Amino acid sequence: MFKRSLLSSLALAVSLSATAFIAKADGEQYFPLQSYRVGPYAAGGTGFFGGFIDYLKYVNANGGVNGVKLTWSECETEYVVEKGVECYERLKNGLNGAPAAATNPLSVGIAYATLDRSTADKLPLITINHGRTDSTDGSVFPYAFPLQLNPYSEVSAIINYIGQQSGGLDKLSGKKIVTLYHGSPYGKETNEVLQALADKYGFSLTLLEVPHPGNEQQSQWLNIRRAKPDWVILRGWGVMNPVALKSAQKVGFPADRIIGNIWSNSEEDAAPAGAAAKGFISITTHPSGTTFPVTQGIKKDVIDAGHGDLADPKRFGTVYYNLGVVNGILNVEAVRLAQEKYGHKPLTGEQVRWGFEHLKLDDARLKELGALGLVQPLQLSCSDHEGGGAVRFQQWDGEKWNLISDWVQADRALLRPIIEASAQKYAKEKGITPRDCSQAS
Amino acid sequence: MLYNEAGQFSTRYAQDRRVFRLRQDRHALLALLLFAFVAVPYLGNDYWFSAILIPFLVLSLAGLGLNLLTGYAGQLSLGSAAFMAVGAFATYNFELRVPGLPLLLSLALGGVCAALTALLFGLPSLRIKGFYLLVSTLAAQFFVQWALTKFSWFSNDSASGVISAPPLQLMGVDFSSPAGRYLFTLGVVVVLFWLGKNLVRSELGRNWMAVRDMDTAAAVIGIPLLKTKLLAFAISGFFLGIAGALWAFTYLGTVEPHGFDLNRSFQVLFIIIIGGLGSLLGNFLGAAFIVLFPILLSNLAGLLPAGLIDAGQVENLQKMVFGALIILFLIKEPEGLARLWQRFRERARRWPLRY
Repeated sequence: MFKRSLLSSLALAVSLSATAFIAKADGEQYFPLQSYRVGPYAAGGTGFFGGFIDYLKYVNANGGVNGVKLTWSECETEYVVEKGVECYERLKNGLNGAPAAATNPLSVGIAYATLDRSTADKLPLITINHGRTDSTDGSVFPYAFPLQLNPYSEVSAIINYIGQQSGGLDKLSGKKIVTLYHGSPYGKETNEVLQALADKYGFSLTLLEVPHPGNEQQSQWLNIRRAKPDWVILRGWGVMNPVALKSAQKVGFPADRIIGNIWSNSEEDAAPAGAAAKGFISITTHPSGTTFPVTQGIKKDVIDAGHGDLADPKRFGTVYYNLGVVNGILNVEAVRLAQEKYGHKPLTGEQVRWGFEHLKLDDARLKELGALGLVQPLQLSCSDHEGGGAVRFQQWDGEKWNLISDWVQADRALLRPIIEASAQKYAKEKGITPRDCSQAS
Repeated sequence: MLYNEAGQFSTRYAQDRRVFRLRQDRHALLALLLFAFVAVPYLGNDYWFSAILIPFLVLSLAGLGLNLLTGYAGQLSLGSAAFMAVGAFATYNFELRVPGLPLLLSLALGGVCAALTALLFGLPSLRIKGFYLLVSTLAAQFFVQWALTKFSWFSNDSASGVISAPPLQLMGVDFSSPAGRYLFTLGVVVVLFWLGKNLVRSELGRNWMAVRDMDTAAAVIGIPLLKTKLLAFAISGFFLGIAGALWAFTYLGTVEPHGFDLNRSFQVLFIIIIGGLGSLLGNFLGAAFIVLFPILLSNLAGLLPAGLIDAGQVENLQKMVFGALIILFLIKEPEGLARLWQRFRERARRWPLRY
């Protein structure tokens, strides 16, 4: 029958693909990459996964992790949830015997959809600088890691910076702030906490949504012109960012009063807007640039050897690329740490999870890695799956980003009860019994 | 020879009216059901269940929903994804807010909510036809998405507007494993297809087809247009709503309003166009085409030696191949894949003789 012959030919093709390359990969550690290289967010995907892959290559060129080589394969998600789920299921079992260490989908939608699966499959889900905020609470979410900066910390740090600029948090009262956010789970994630901060500090908050993908913002910016806010927080992603900057220029709103969030902070966001982006401020967890010893090492061992992953070598050292490198460092460090406990061999996701949970990067260790100044000092624990929570501010001068502030900390003590309450609500809905973090080893 | 009906006589009216009159059809169906319910759970693995079979089944059901409305009753609609969204969010809210409600009941209630929404947006069909109706159903698409985003009550005030499925439990049995979710989906889909088959054979189904072929003539012979059209919208909405709930609960495990955007409506529309309008089998074939071919292509692309073609180019190539395949199929068989199956049956009847 037609349907069944279709199914069986498909089964044949899939099994062929599994057996075609029996290059045995025993003794290797595998990274399943749910990457995206086409679609509206390709700039982010190619940069991030380019940096990630180049760092893995760099580790391999220098003998792997305690002799264990790293391997990886890609599956295209286009930032689409169903495709991400399909990729997750396709890759989660490892490659030719090499066990998977952790998944890094770089998409909030996909991370939400694979959250339960990750827990069931015991595979860490890494959402660096994004993800579900309450997954910071590791007692409810043992396998999710919003490393460095979760969305609440991000807005809290931005509000703290605005407070600094206005001469103290108490001066925020009566200020007008507009948040322009991407119409997706990622974009909406912070609306509630912004409202809570607005109530606490007494500034007025207007939330404006830009529908995905964000290439039409005329009406939103006309609203902003009418409201005459003191600051606009741009919570964009992909094509939405340059369009926002250009529309701002059209309605005459100054770029240096727009603060881009962590996904509105790359060269690809500012450069396409041309002169309209000059003066645009954004936050970052890591500077762009190529001067760090680790990026120099990647240049020497990977890129100059002709193995670089970027199609356009000029993007080396950009914000997205460096984020990929940072993500690579954190993943590999977790594997390295877990190897100290479980032995120098390929590890299962469950074992790597232990490594993530005990990740501790201080200045001394960062210096050894050649990443001092690139990665912020970080310490994770059972109850804290974020670790850092600090950002720096940078300003676009028309050609490149320049840092304009020191580290600005989020008010994590203020956010913690909100995060815990939300995690408890989730645990109740799902029937999860939270771990007791005082007992966790 | 394979499909020869010779020697199978109907001795009673009931035999003549049964759904599958041919013995071969009945046996094939039984074998297929046995295969799907018994063999597949043993043979399949997580990847097949979670990434291929469940979305295939759910989209087949969504295709059936739209096919009842478009293929049988002749009313064009681009609101399919909106009705799916209503079903998903309604089921979620029934599960959340009414403690102790059995899952199947909240699924059905979710379907009823979607049916009511579809009924509302079906009202314009009494005055406008064809492509104009298509445009007016677009309103459903945008309104539902807007409402689900705007009022956070629907998503239980979740910060990001994403709902997360409660544990899948039915009469104390846990269906949360991939195989369990597959069986659950399969069960619901089989029951609804059985219902759909009987619907289109009923008086209502015949009325739908009369309205589809010429609604003025249908009105002249006494078919109540108002009732027939609105029932088509409501029943289609019911099927789509359940498909949406399954999409959220058994497939993704989570859903956001934008997961049911206009692209999903187009996807369902393409399923019935490629599969075959006015055919039940066509929904399966169309969904198989839309779900399986891209995955097959992507797996085949994985066979290419790494580094031969740039990873981004491979993706674009797959899209081109898929597009070319759609064009090829529609040129070869404009009436959809179901028609291919019908032709195959006619051939099988004569095989091995040519004429």
